[in-house]
Amino acid sequence: MGTSSHGHDHDHDHQVVPSDPALRVKALESLLTEKGLVDPKALDALIDKYERQVGPRNGARVVARAWVDPSYKQRLFEDATAAIGELGYGGAQGEHMVVVENTPQVHNLVVCTLCSCYPWSVLGLPPVWYKSAPYRSRAVIDPRGVLREFGLQLPDETEIRVWDSTAEIRYLVLPERPAGSESLDETELAALVTRDSMVGVATVAMPARGAGA
Amino acid sequence: MNGVHDMGGMHGLGPVQYERNEPVFHAPWEGRAFALNLAAAAWRKWSLDALRHQIELIPAADYLRMSYYEKWLTAVTERLVQSGLVTRAEVESGQPARGSSKATPPLTAAQVPAMLRSGALASRNVSVQPNFHAGQRVRARNINPVGHTRLPRYARGKLGIVDRDHGVYVFPDAIAHSADENPQHLYSVRFTARELWGDHASPRDSVNLDLWDDYLEPA
Repeated sequence: MGTSSHGHDHDHDHQVVPSDPALRVKALESLLTEKGLVDPKALDALIDKYERQVGPRNGARVVARAWVDPSYKQRLFEDATAAIGELGYGGAQGEHMVVVENTPQVHNLVVCTLCSCYPWSVLGLPPVWYKSAPYRSRAVIDPRGVLREFGLQLPDETEIRVWDSTAEIRYLVLPERPAGSESLDETELAALVTRDSMVGVATVAMPARGAGA
Repeated sequence: MNGVHDMGGMHGLGPVQYERNEPVFHAPWEGRAFALNLAAAAWRKWSLDALRHQIELIPAADYLRMSYYEKWLTAVTERLVQSGLVTRAEVESGQPARGSSKATPPLTAAQVPAMLRSGALASRNVSVQPNFHAGQRVRARNINPVGHTRLPRYARGKLGIVDRDHGVYVFPDAIAHSADENPQHLYSVRFTARELWGDHASPRDSVNLDLWDDYLEPA
């Protein structure tokens, strides 16, 4: 039995398509291209867009602008989609944006328990942990425990608001501006803002100063 | 449907695994699977919620085992077959059926920037009476539809407060299964952590969900 190529895994005996997803996607793309259903160059363009152009730097610019420009921040809360659009970001998976603000009293955390909804236009495509069962299952029932795993220990007094993205509204967290950042300009501030801080699993910190600096 | 995808509040799924300097795609095939989904969706044969439901229909054990883009690949393949764009025999052979005609792709590389820039609005500019208003106490209905729904199990039957009215949006339970959009008001509803999880939860914490009129009843 053990030497047979069959018999180990009966689930696979009747599988006609290759089980390796890399082979399956190659076969599917080839079929769809031959049938004229997709243009492989369009696939290249889509991949290039999300690998090289759309990412958390977009969201970081929104956050930095909100930190330095109170009227922009106001517009961000009144109509986030329009205010983010002012900086040139919008469209796919950012059509309906809401920005939630972290303060010393309130910490916001974004999740999609049902699938993987995420604001692509300002953060790019979601990381694996955001789409994973551990994060999706626990962010709503144990946000403090999840945040501790990210290295963020919040005081008991802090109110945690979790946003479960169950519809097409996409949430961006406006993190707190770090203490000691008063002298930084907008570009320098944007460089401090991380993807994780805009999902709500981290805060924004000033870079550690080197000795003698 | 009460599938394993509806995992909010479940225990036993392990700690969060964080990867530093994570690439956008971990292998070239992931990028192809991602892009195939968007390019195939340009045929407008299925809604985003129909695709989500296709992923939900992956058997639970496979759902938990498969990587993210493997699920996307499985779901888009099934949508392509069910919509009639390809046949199952073509998927299995990897070859177009003999004598089949060649189509013109609805999405070219040149159209990609404009397609992503415009996105797809889920809101609808139609006049629909809201059943609720901000500040109102509501109860999430105890419903257990076998089809697609965006009302997670952990919120069903629970009391919340309407935070804001987002306006009128297409209803996922409808568009996942038909062309009928059943547009209705969508609200951000706040539930206290104690209402959802009991007295063990922090008295300060809360969870907001975006819920449609049909998911809610007055309380």
